[in-house]
Amino acid sequence: MNSRVSTFFKLAVLLGLAGFPFFGSVFYTEVLAKILILAIFAMSLDLLVGFTGLVSFGHAAYFGIAAYMAVLLAPQSEAASLWIILPLAVLCAGIAAFVIGIFVLRTKGIYFIMVTLAFSQMAYFIFHDTKLGGGSDGIYLDYRPDATIAGFTPFDFNQTSHLYFFVLAALVAVYVFLTLLLRSPFGRVLVGIRSNEHRMLSLGYATFRYKLAAFTIAGALAGLAGFLYAVLFGFVTPEYLSWHKSGDVLLMVILGGMGNLAGAVAGAFVLTGLQEVFADWTKHWQLLMGGVIVLAVLFMPGGLAALPGRIVARLRKGENNG
Amino acid sequence: MDFTTFLIQLLNAVQYGLLLFLVASGLTLVFGIMGIINLAHGSFYMLGAYMAFVLTSMTGNLLLTILIGIPLALAFGAALEALLFTHLYKRNHLDQVLLTYGLILIFEELRSLTVGDDVHGVPVPEMFSMSIPLSDTLSYPVYRLVISAVCLLLALGLYLLIQRTRLGMMIRAGSHDRDMVQALGININGLYRTVFAIGVALAALAGMLAAPISSVYPGMGGGVLIISFVIVVIGGIGSVWGALVAALVIGFADTFGKVFMPDMAGLTVYLVMALVLLWRPEGIFRKG
Repeated sequence: MNSRVSTFFKLAVLLGLAGFPFFGSVFYTEVLAKILILAIFAMSLDLLVGFTGLVSFGHAAYFGIAAYMAVLLAPQSEAASLWIILPLAVLCAGIAAFVIGIFVLRTKGIYFIMVTLAFSQMAYFIFHDTKLGGGSDGIYLDYRPDATIAGFTPFDFNQTSHLYFFVLAALVAVYVFLTLLLRSPFGRVLVGIRSNEHRMLSLGYATFRYKLAAFTIAGALAGLAGFLYAVLFGFVTPEYLSWHKSGDVLLMVILGGMGNLAGAVAGAFVLTGLQEVFADWTKHWQLLMGGVIVLAVLFMPGGLAALPGRIVARLRKGENNG
Repeated sequence: MDFTTFLIQLLNAVQYGLLLFLVASGLTLVFGIMGIINLAHGSFYMLGAYMAFVLTSMTGNLLLTILIGIPLALAFGAALEALLFTHLYKRNHLDQVLLTYGLILIFEELRSLTVGDDVHGVPVPEMFSMSIPLSDTLSYPVYRLVISAVCLLLALGLYLLIQRTRLGMMIRAGSHDRDMVQALGININGLYRTVFAIGVALAALAGMLAAPISSVYPGMGGGVLIISFVIVVIGGIGSVWGALVAALVIGFADTFGKVFMPDMAGLTVYLVMALVLLWRPEGIFRKG
């Protein structure tokens, strides 16, 4: 697709999203906020899967750890300050990703997939089996964080629309941050590692450090998503760290088209959107969901991101024939 | 822990490990020979268990059920390969993950539509329902010993099949170099279909055998799937012998983890996996 058309399209979508709370109901604003948070989560994973070539099957661990921190680090009987607890939660997720990354990045390919899964399962069972975060029942966040800074309150999270705008701003910030990061020399090295790690090594790049940095950044951004998810829904359960969650976000990235940030966002929209629609429709919504996924793999290689190009190609072919 | 309790846990660990081996061996064969990551493999275990429930309630006999169930599972596996998996060989691993994840959702819902979401029990076969007394208060159910024995026999059979038969020779050759096998005039598609059907049947058989001791419940495939993948990776992908050793290691880790650290029982298996892979990043028995 033409890059100017693509930019125009993205801005139009952004404008539509920004205007939504003025027209839509509170319920749908919440649904949309959830989708936007999952889009942040999917973009963070795309940095690893799509750009660095590291298929992590345990990305929910960092999402869940930050979500738990949003509750565990907050005072029991009053709201925590957003400006303290948000960086702390993201930092915790980043540190966890850094430490786990040191171990898992020693392995490659399918083994990497399995070891990331193993570590996320360990994190899952730590929260599931111990009393740390309320065990398997999970734990409630009683007060949404307070955004007051130096006596001034720019927005109030208790209003869903304010929270929605904050999430939207975070999505844009993450998108811009990752785009700039990937354009920088650092990002070029990551893409180089995906194509040929040995060549990058022989060019003199200490690829392990680059991969570790990418893994840590992706973990921290997943943490941002997890924190916002906990604030939006007001409770955290071990399911946030489960392999189903890791699988779901991986699906969003693959379905959207790997190595394409806008594709990851589209994947989050389509997958969560379909879930909501199907679940509204029938109790057995997973049957439809599974069918859509199977058909998408068989007939839509390259994911959603490749779709506009394929449609354009089909149309051109039609023109030539006609 | 006194000796009798230890013995009971030991037998449980062996039985659990051997049962997991049945599921994992199919997974490792399909992965090693066909290069397919099949997340839906746990669903075959679930399918087997539900088959045991439905057929046993009709026939009233688990043995008869197994005799009917295995051909059904083989046919199902062959049909599934012909219909879907045959399109996946040339795709990358992520497409395979995506499609087989979709299959999990479909199988779970089909199960929910046909049998419902209740937890069911399957009676232990009459002839194996007694227990062997070990002390005044403790005894050990014969059925668990039967499971171990059946699994050991199957492991032996699998070994003979792979090492001593013409089909096994083709399977071994296929896992080394599939293009060469095809160039030698062996029908690789037929080989793949056979291997896949055997894998499905083994997983379904594991489900049928486990049904009387673990009960039959929704989502039972998911837990087994992840544990089986752990076993495949620890053992070294494609190595059936590795899967047997790894399955026993995991059986012991899980059983004794529950005895010694009940608070952190879920953790032990993954801890073992992380340690093994840090020691040997390509599994214990990775073939070169």
